[in-house]
Amino acid sequence: MARNVSTGRKAAVTALAWGVGLVIFFPILWTVLTSFKTEGEAINAHPSFLFFDWTLENYHTVNERSDYLAHFWNSVVIALGSTLIGLLIAIPAAWSMAFVPGKRTKDLLMWMLSTKMMPAVGVLVPIYLLARDTGLLDSKTGLVIVLTLVNLPIIVWMLYTYFKEIPGEILEAARMDGASLGSEILYVLTPMAVPGIASTLLLNVILAWNESFWTLNLTAANSAPLTAFIASYSSPEGLFYAKLSAASTMAIAPILILGWFSQKQLVRGLTFGAVK
Amino acid sequence: MATQASQTASRLMLSPAVLLLFLWMIVPLGMTIYFSFLRFNLLMPGTEAFTGFENYVYFFTDPAFWPALANTLTLVLGVLFITVIGGVALAVLLDQPMWGQGIVRVLVIAPFFVMPSVSALVWKNMLMNPVNGLFAAFARGLGLEPFDFFADAPLASIIVIVAWQWLPFATLILLTAMQSLDREQMEAAEMDGAGPFWRFLHLTVPHLTRATTVVVLIQTIFLLSVFAEILVTTNGGPGTASTTLTFLVYMQSMLQFDVGLGSAGGIVAVILANIVAIFLMRMIGKNLEA
Amino acid sequence: MGEIVLSEVKKSFGGVSIIQGIDLTIDDGEFAVFVGPSGCGKSTLLRLIAGLEDTSSGTISIDGHDATRLPPARRGLAMVFQSYALYPHMSVRKNIAFPLRMAGMPQDEQARKVEAAAKVLNLTPYLDRRPGQLSGGQRQRVAIGRAIVREPSAFLFDEPLSNLDAALRVSMRQEISELHRSLKTTMVYVTHDQVEAMTMADKIVVLNAGRIEQVGSPLELYKSPANLFVAGFIGSPKMNFIAGAEAAKHGVHTIGVRPEHIVLAADGPWKGVVGLAEHLGSDTFLKVQVDGIGPLTVRAGGEVGLNYGDTVGLAPQAGKLHRFDEGGRAVAG
Repeated sequence: MARNVSTGRKAAVTALAWGVGLVIFFPILWTVLTSFKTEGEAINAHPSFLFFDWTLENYHTVNERSDYLAHFWNSVVIALGSTLIGLLIAIPAAWSMAFVPGKRTKDLLMWMLSTKMMPAVGVLVPIYLLARDTGLLDSKTGLVIVLTLVNLPIIVWMLYTYFKEIPGEILEAARMDGASLGSEILYVLTPMAVPGIASTLLLNVILAWNESFWTLNLTAANSAPLTAFIASYSSPEGLFYAKLSAASTMAIAPILILGWFSQKQLVRGLTFGAVK
Repeated sequence: MATQASQTASRLMLSPAVLLLFLWMIVPLGMTIYFSFLRFNLLMPGTEAFTGFENYVYFFTDPAFWPALANTLTLVLGVLFITVIGGVALAVLLDQPMWGQGIVRVLVIAPFFVMPSVSALVWKNMLMNPVNGLFAAFARGLGLEPFDFFADAPLASIIVIVAWQWLPFATLILLTAMQSLDREQMEAAEMDGAGPFWRFLHLTVPHLTRATTVVVLIQTIFLLSVFAEILVTTNGGPGTASTTLTFLVYMQSMLQFDVGLGSAGGIVAVILANIVAIFLMRMIGKNLEA
Repeated sequence: MGEIVLSEVKKSFGGVSIIQGIDLTIDDGEFAVFVGPSGCGKSTLLRLIAGLEDTSSGTISIDGHDATRLPPARRGLAMVFQSYALYPHMSVRKNIAFPLRMAGMPQDEQARKVEAAAKVLNLTPYLDRRPGQLSGGQRQRVAIGRAIVREPSAFLFDEPLSNLDAALRVSMRQEISELHRSLKTTMVYVTHDQVEAMTMADKIVVLNAGRIEQVGSPLELYKSPANLFVAGFIGSPKMNFIAGAEAAKHGVHTIGVRPEHIVLAADGPWKGVVGLAEHLGSDTFLKVQVDGIGPLTVRAGGEVGLNYGDTVGLAPQAGKLHRFDEGGRAVAG
């Protein structure tokens, strides 16, 4: 809407919005700032906002602790692994529902959604026991399997809404041009759906990275991703604020950056297309 | 509307996803239902026996049950109240012309991407800690006694943290909905002499109703499962002051190893969640036809 | 080469019968147009020929071979879609080459064929652009290019001009006609626009509610429509239908007379008042309210100085009256 707004009004709105935005962002900003402080500075009774001796020491300390990197790696494997396997299962399924819809396609989609509605705590015990009995407790494999299944409905749904936007005529044209089903998916559908697939991947990496029920309940020392590792910091109060901040900053930074790229897709993915 | 061949291919490609989700839904849920009727404690192997509804009776008469139910409702409603009101306000604000809109948007959305254990730790130690926290430093600066958030108002503190995490979600969805508002309709109303307040009340609010319902329902699903925030900050205490149903079930099954009791609690949680889910599914289903 | 024969073809979707038994032969090299109102089944019929849908019963043979159960890729047909259905992520060159690539043709031969097709269609300067960078007419030509490189035994067109503006539609119409003349390949063309049907077709197939109403050359349909539906559908403006006493005078249930077959005559049998006069310069269309008959559309050649409220006398041209019985069928003589 091209329309002139008085500069005064715009300035007032800008000031208010920036003020509110900074208040909401403050805990993150504070964590990042604290990560550059010394431990003494971090618990100073008169906290300093910018005027302190900036140091990278906390990052060195955290990185030298080999376990931090191991847990970071666990997060990467679990988030990427569950998302990629999920995509592998979901792409053909979404293709079917978007381009060869049947009478039951709608029911099927709703049913998939309903599995997402089941509270995790309702199946905590059996999943825990099954993982224990199959030796998958505290293993990356176990978590990858569980998170794949947890996020599969969202992946299918997101892909479905993206595939729906690709005109079926183009796929029919490929069929007329002599493409087999495989060629049709490989040369025509997938390249056209790359933006949608990428968004789906991004959002699900974020969701899996931050997932904090199963990662906390199914892991111990070995395969704990960052969610569980950082939660274990909660005991030594007061002493390690700066290092905790450095570890936290490193845990959230990659996802913050990915998240900022996927704002729009986030809405679509988390509302199952109900809000566009 | 397709040929026999493509329908066969379609079924083949659909089946792995359907099969896996079916197993994922039916097997553990079936086991939970089965366990909920057993006396079954991991510390006492070999004593499993069928007990009928005994676990349910225990679960409902557990002194922690009613507080947990009340806490769950308080947590969900409290967070919903803050995020919906705050979300509408922020969406309206962010929809105005301003300088640096993109950056403000990014600032507001950021908390959603912070993993729950990190946000719980940051709030617990660096902001709300009565000795070393930033809020305590402010209070002392004003000559006030620092407030011990997690001792004196544990549930309210958790509500603040969770609301902080979910406010971006509500804002983002409401803002998206707001931006899909028909500008021509707005301009027509303006031409007809409607003032900005009238337009907000009669055009914006009805337009946002749908998005708000989606926000409420989806958040409810996730809020019923809030876990890490409680585990990291209060561990459900002091006493049962911040124990929710999810956390109660966790304690019974993972800390007391009472599988039977935990399973009964799990089934209660499933039923509660399903009541919300039915409404959500109806809304999404309607949208699917359009 | 490209003879297409349909016999007893039926199609239903979930119990709803869309195509109710079609028998039709499209001769080799013929330009056949399926025309009818929306929902008449013309697109479905084309998709059945293409193999994009299965027939519920009946057979389709192409080139003398039964193709009823063949997948689309093996029927040797090429199709141009309403939305053009170009591959947006491929350049024009790759779009046109796609069917050749799928057929496993060697690279250099592909390139040669694409260049040749591009030359015919004036697309050479655009070969390295994406479809999104082309105008509607250029996209249409790419879609045609993709169809002709395959050298199919027949082309199928599904309302290919409906997304173009009026001027472009006329010129593309001529281009397709010229293409048909030079390739001499069978073409099956679906449209809801009877002007396209009249101008392009060797054979028009008028469809209504999943049935063939009439098959014939454009002028056959114009001169002797088999029934009320075809009479009303072919010709613009529509034929006037008169029932009741006036029709009874001719011994039938309904009579029809085209607007261009009514002449202004002060002593004509029909008297009426002009309700609306559209002056186009080359023609004048009059809506005349005739006593005892109702409104009639009249086409008067050139400029006619009549306006709203004027009283006129009308007379149907001798021998141009169409007569229909109670069932809507044409009555001879």
